Amino acid sequence: MAAEGKIDALHQFELEPVFGAIGRSVNFTQSNAFMLLAVILLSVLMIWGMSRRAIVPGRLQALAESSYEFVHELATGQIGDEGRRFFPFIFSLFMFILLGNLLGLIPYSFTFTSHIAVTFVLAAIVFVLVTIVGLVIHGWHFFTYFFPQGAPKLLAPLIIPIEVISYLSRVVSLSVRLFANMVAGHVMLIVFSTFVVMIGSAGVIGIFGAALPLLVTSVLYAFELLVAFLQAYVFAILTAIYLHDAVHLH
Amino acid sequence: MTKRIRLAAASLLALLPAIAHAAEGHGEGGGMPQLRFNDPLMLAQIVWLLIIFGLLYYIMSAIALPRVAEVLETRRRRIEGDLEAAQQAKQRADAALAEHRAATARARAEAQAAIAQAMGQAQAEAAQKAEAFNERLNAQIEEAEKRIAAARDAAMGALRQVSADTAEALVSRLTGRADRAAVTRAVERELQARGHA
Repeated sequence: MAAEGKIDALHQFELEPVFGAIGRSVNFTQSNAFMLLAVILLSVLMIWGMSRRAIVPGRLQALAESSYEFVHELATGQIGDEGRRFFPFIFSLFMFILLGNLLGLIPYSFTFTSHIAVTFVLAAIVFVLVTIVGLVIHGWHFFTYFFPQGAPKLLAPLIIPIEVISYLSRVVSLSVRLFANMVAGHVMLIVFSTFVVMIGSAGVIGIFGAALPLLVTSVLYAFELLVAFLQAYVFAILTAIYLHDAVHLH
Repeated sequence: MTKRIRLAAASLLALLPAIAHAAEGHGEGGGMPQLRFNDPLMLAQIVWLLIIFGLLYYIMSAIALPRVAEVLETRRRRIEGDLEAAQQAKQRADAALAEHRAATARARAEAQAAIAQAMGQAQAEAAQKAEAFNERLNAQIEEAEKRIAAARDAAMGALRQVSADTAEALVSRLTGRADRAAVTRAVERELQARGHA
């Protein structure tokens, strides 16, 4: 990483096919492998963890139950009673992003949420779902969403484009927020940890000098754990808020 | 929180040259790998993402989450049932306690009544016995008094005889003769005068 004194902060985002020839033939990259790992871990947690169906839960079952209740609270709290129908989607989305962020913090792993294409597709799924839900529930009436009731008719040429743009920009804000947070965090982590190696290799003084970037790296890592959770939460709660708008129209 | 933000901002500022350096000097076309949209791996990543996320959604919505909901529901019912059973048990305990209290009160009242009755009976009996005893005592006293009176009368009778005899003897010794009737009259008179009649 610190080849010839250069810091290659972006190599970690490079896509590489995995699983040998089979993986290469279907372009299965390490990004997809970590997605699959996230799905497997989630299935293990939610199915194997709950398999005892204990009245008094063990650790794994308590984890599975508390994540269920956390997201359920989020979904029904934001959307209301209709939130139960969207709960599996919000749960899958939240846990998928959360695990993507957390798995990415393991050294030498890959963070699939640091790819704008991935976050954009996830945001697009949300966008399409929200629009379809709005159209199915309200029909053509859904388009009154873009013109708030009671607003002066004269301002319609101004308000409607603004509302449409803000509606469309949800996809961008949702995807870029997650993408940018993950990229910034991982770039900072790799830069500071490379500093540790570079300064640390400069003799006795270097070993003491490396203490500062090491400390910064540790603090950053803790901060990134918070960000990993926070960004997954933000993505999920915004999805819930958008679904609320689609179900209730304001 | 502000401290953290300041730290992050400061470290970002310190990083800018390094990031800029890293961003330009790169082999495969340069720039961020995330923005290389003509890479076939990018499209494949998206297709696999859709497949894998669809799989996750299916597993969660069809298998995992209903099970969790079932377990939570079972637990909720169990707790509710237990609470209800506890409430019923408490009601039963309350009823038993009330019954016990009533029984105690009843027993106490009965005991008190029995004591009062026994006491009354004993008092009546004692009063009766005392009366009978008094009666008997009175009868004995009366009888004794009667006997004393008889004894005195007898004694008095004998005294008159003795007095008359003595007086007659005295008179005959003094005078040589004695009138028995006159002596008896004189003794009678004398006795009456002294109150011994």
